[in-house]
Amino acid sequence: MASSDSHHVVPVGAYIAVFLALVAFTGITVWAAGQDFGAYNTAVAVGIAVAKATMVVLIFMHVKWGTKLTQLYVVAGVVFLLILIAITMSDYISRPWPIMR
Amino acid sequence: MSEATGSALQHHFTSLDQQKNAATLGMWAFIVQEVLFFGGMFTVYTVYRSQYYSVFEACSHHLDWKLGALNTIVLICSSLTMALAVHAAALGKGKAAAVWLAATIALGAWFLGNKVVEYHQKWEDQLIPGLRWGAAADVGRELHLAGADVDRAQLYFSLYFGMTGLHALHMIIGIPILAWLARRAWAGHFSIEYSTPVELTGLYWHFVDIVWIFLFPLLYLIGHR
Repeated sequence: MASSDSHHVVPVGAYIAVFLALVAFTGITVWAAGQDFGAYNTAVAVGIAVAKATMVVLIFMHVKWGTKLTQLYVVAGVVFLLILIAITMSDYISRPWPIMR
Repeated sequence: MSEATGSALQHHFTSLDQQKNAATLGMWAFIVQEVLFFGGMFTVYTVYRSQYYSVFEACSHHLDWKLGALNTIVLICSSLTMALAVHAAALGKGKAAAVWLAATIALGAWFLGNKVVEYHQKWEDQLIPGLRWGAAADVGRELHLAGADVDRAQLYFSLYFGMTGLHALHMIIGIPILAWLARRAWAGHFSIEYSTPVELTGLYWHFVDIVWIFLFPLLYLIGHR
């Protein structure tokens, strides 16, 4: 099990760096909400949130140093979440809704 | 092997490495189903937001985004203290781990306290669907909405309470677990060989942080332009 590396101890500096980045990105997301990006405001907000979540998953949750199987679980979870939202929305936006507006 | 290693290793595992990998994978299986559990609510949010775009923006404008931003920072701080608790426990520093866990609990409690303030304000404003929803004229004036949009605002606030409430419930469940871990860490139950409970609870706490990272912009910040 040489690949498992389960005793890897992440240096404290990495945690501090992620923490500072998360605080900065929180500021950026508040700033971005006040800007007019047309139809893309939500995409910008979700993009920033995805970047923050990725840092938390990789560093705080140690997935960067995790086993391949753990990493596969994480990716599978995200893929199935995207399937859930994409298939549902493809239905809702491709036919009129009687009570819409 | 030290005595602690011997007692930490369950007989059905061949090594501590294998035992820890199995436990970590099991925790991730739980977290992935949590992703889809919350994912159902995010899907409902996406559907209704796309249908009632302007109503959601008007309702979002009513939330206190400054309190939401403060809570985001508080929760990020609690994730840092949690990471430092895991770090200390992995190095066998039980007392330090206990202190960081206590700090995590304090920050979690601060977050929930702010949530109580917010919920109370919604109670005062009569914006709690099904429990305390004001007359159409009052709600319409409060949210700057008119006609059928006033009723549709209930969708937004149902999602607001459903999603933030479920998120808060996860923290309410997490805090006693953190307290139990702090007690064990202080008593010296964890070592360099074995600190898996702290590590796995850390995964749970960070996951709860991630949920809020998405909830904050999607609920608090969509009415700002």
